[in-house]
Amino acid sequence: MASTRPVLDVRDLSKVYGAGETTVRALDGVSLQVERGAYLAIMGSSGSGKSTLMNILGCLDIPTHGRYLLDGVDVSRLTDSQLALVRNRLIGFVFQAFNLIPRTSAVANVELPLAYSGMRAAERRRRAMFALDVVGLADRAEHEPNQLSGGQQQRVAVARALVTEPALLLADEPTGNLDSHSTEEVLTVFDDLHAVGRTIVLITHEEEVGARADRLVKLFDGRVSSDVRQDHLGRHAA
Amino acid sequence: MNATEILRFALRGLSANKLRSVLTMLGILIGVAAVILLVAVGNGSAQAIADRISALGTNTLTVMSTSRGSSSGGGLSLKVAEALQDPVLAPDVRSVSPVVSTSATLTYEGSDHDVSSFVGTTPDWFGASNFPVGSGALFTADDEAQARRVVVIGQTVAEELFAGTDPVGLQVTVGGALFTIVGVLDEKSSSGFSDSNDTAVAPISAVRQVLAGYGALSSILVEARDSDLVDTAETEIATILDQKMPASSDGTTAYRIQNASQLLETQTETADTFTTLLGAVAAISLLVGGIGITNIMLVTVTERTREIGIRKALGAPRRVVLSQFLIEATLLSVIGGGLGVAAALIGSRFSIVGVQPVIVPSSVALSLGVSVLIGLFFGGLPAARAARLRPIDALRYE
Repeated sequence: MASTRPVLDVRDLSKVYGAGETTVRALDGVSLQVERGAYLAIMGSSGSGKSTLMNILGCLDIPTHGRYLLDGVDVSRLTDSQLALVRNRLIGFVFQAFNLIPRTSAVANVELPLAYSGMRAAERRRRAMFALDVVGLADRAEHEPNQLSGGQQQRVAVARALVTEPALLLADEPTGNLDSHSTEEVLTVFDDLHAVGRTIVLITHEEEVGARADRLVKLFDGRVSSDVRQDHLGRHAA
Repeated sequence: MNATEILRFALRGLSANKLRSVLTMLGILIGVAAVILLVAVGNGSAQAIADRISALGTNTLTVMSTSRGSSSGGGLSLKVAEALQDPVLAPDVRSVSPVVSTSATLTYEGSDHDVSSFVGTTPDWFGASNFPVGSGALFTADDEAQARRVVVIGQTVAEELFAGTDPVGLQVTVGGALFTIVGVLDEKSSSGFSDSNDTAVAPISAVRQVLAGYGALSSILVEARDSDLVDTAETEIATILDQKMPASSDGTTAYRIQNASQLLETQTETADTFTTLLGAVAAISLLVGGIGITNIMLVTVTERTREIGIRKALGAPRRVVLSQFLIEATLLSVIGGGLGVAAALIGSRFSIVGVQPVIVPSSVALSLGVSVLIGLFFGGLPAARAARLRPIDALRYE
């Protein structure tokens, strides 16, 4: 492990919102390394800066200070179009609110990142169907988001995130809007993806979700307050 | 990502929001069609006015008496009419038709019809007033000389009294006397308030005998040799009239000459004013339509800022997002505008409040151009703004 380059390498990252008296330091010097194949959960109370961190990790937002190397590339120096490329090729993002394109079929949603990468339609469709199969929704391919349950929508979103085979799968409270049954569905998908070697970083405020990860990072007031590795004998045995 | 792929994305974007797309196009359609039709109606009524006036005959002069009633000596008489037909003093006059006009009731087999203008005149009148016969024949100079009771009726009279049958040769009762119908006039476009087809024309001698009596004439219709010579003819007959009908003691002339070409000029000016007015109305409706298009485009794109955020988060380059939204805006404006032009073209085939619209080509180009530009600008601008946002800001946008 030590020989491989970390997928994620964050050094002294800070994010400041506002100016003057209303300044809010959402992130205050966060450093974090994530190795390939890791399953990391970030926990923290509301306002601890975990969503801000996630958005920066997903290249959706830019930090005020600090360096962020994604797969060895310093993303803070990239242009807009290069960032688009990074988001498309290196990152798969799963949102709390699913963020599927409305009135568009599940398979078309999953195809979207591939279309932006310039893949041909037939190959795109094949891969999208494969990704939907991975999350167990191949039979719902032609359904539109509003015809799917919350858990199914989130699994479509996961399929969309992993269809480009990104180096990093980021999930921002993926189970935040789901009931316990749907939560289990989605977490099972994450477990399976971890088992085949994907790097996963997820944010949660639910203890039982965080407990399934290999490594648990807790944020408090924009700083890393604890970083522990967890054993999962139970899960690996299962 | 190539152009056809982006086009497919735009089409999918439009079809995914059918109702909104249809409403947007409807807004543009109504804006474009309203402007084209308004201008067409204005143009059509202006043309109708010009047509009616030229149908009256542009080379005629109408002499009327200014003194009301048949005061002895003051009014127009047959003698005055004869005096105007003077090849020496008035060489540019082709024909002179004395006219007596009265209202009368025509009765045929128990049904009757009130004719608003029962005209007594000479055969020259038909040529001068541009009123050709449709079926049958006109009465002749001989009929006039013999005071034969023959009559030529207008289309309206023919329809009212003899619906379905050919009236030529039948007899109607007018003022207690029997008149034989010898012809039916051609249909003529009506000038506004009165129906010019609701008429009957008979020899002046017969009309005076039966209906009007031997008082003053209603008017004298003078036809000039050429429409260019109308003004010359007017001067010539004015000279004769000054002798025959001297001005009264207070200096007012006893007659008045109405010049059809002057009338045409006045009416054309009126029509131009009318067109300008409608143009202003059209400009305002174009503005209002434009604001409507602006509104719906802004709402559409603003509503989709979140979608733009999602697309950017998935790695869509700014160029692709912007192209997709620009193509969507273009398709909506062009299809909406095209349908608007089609709707206006179809609408212009029907007469609107009695006016046959005539399309002005420049109004089509203008309204289509303005609508498409507004659609593109206000569809493209917010899309460009949203595409420039950081994905997270676009995603948070509510």
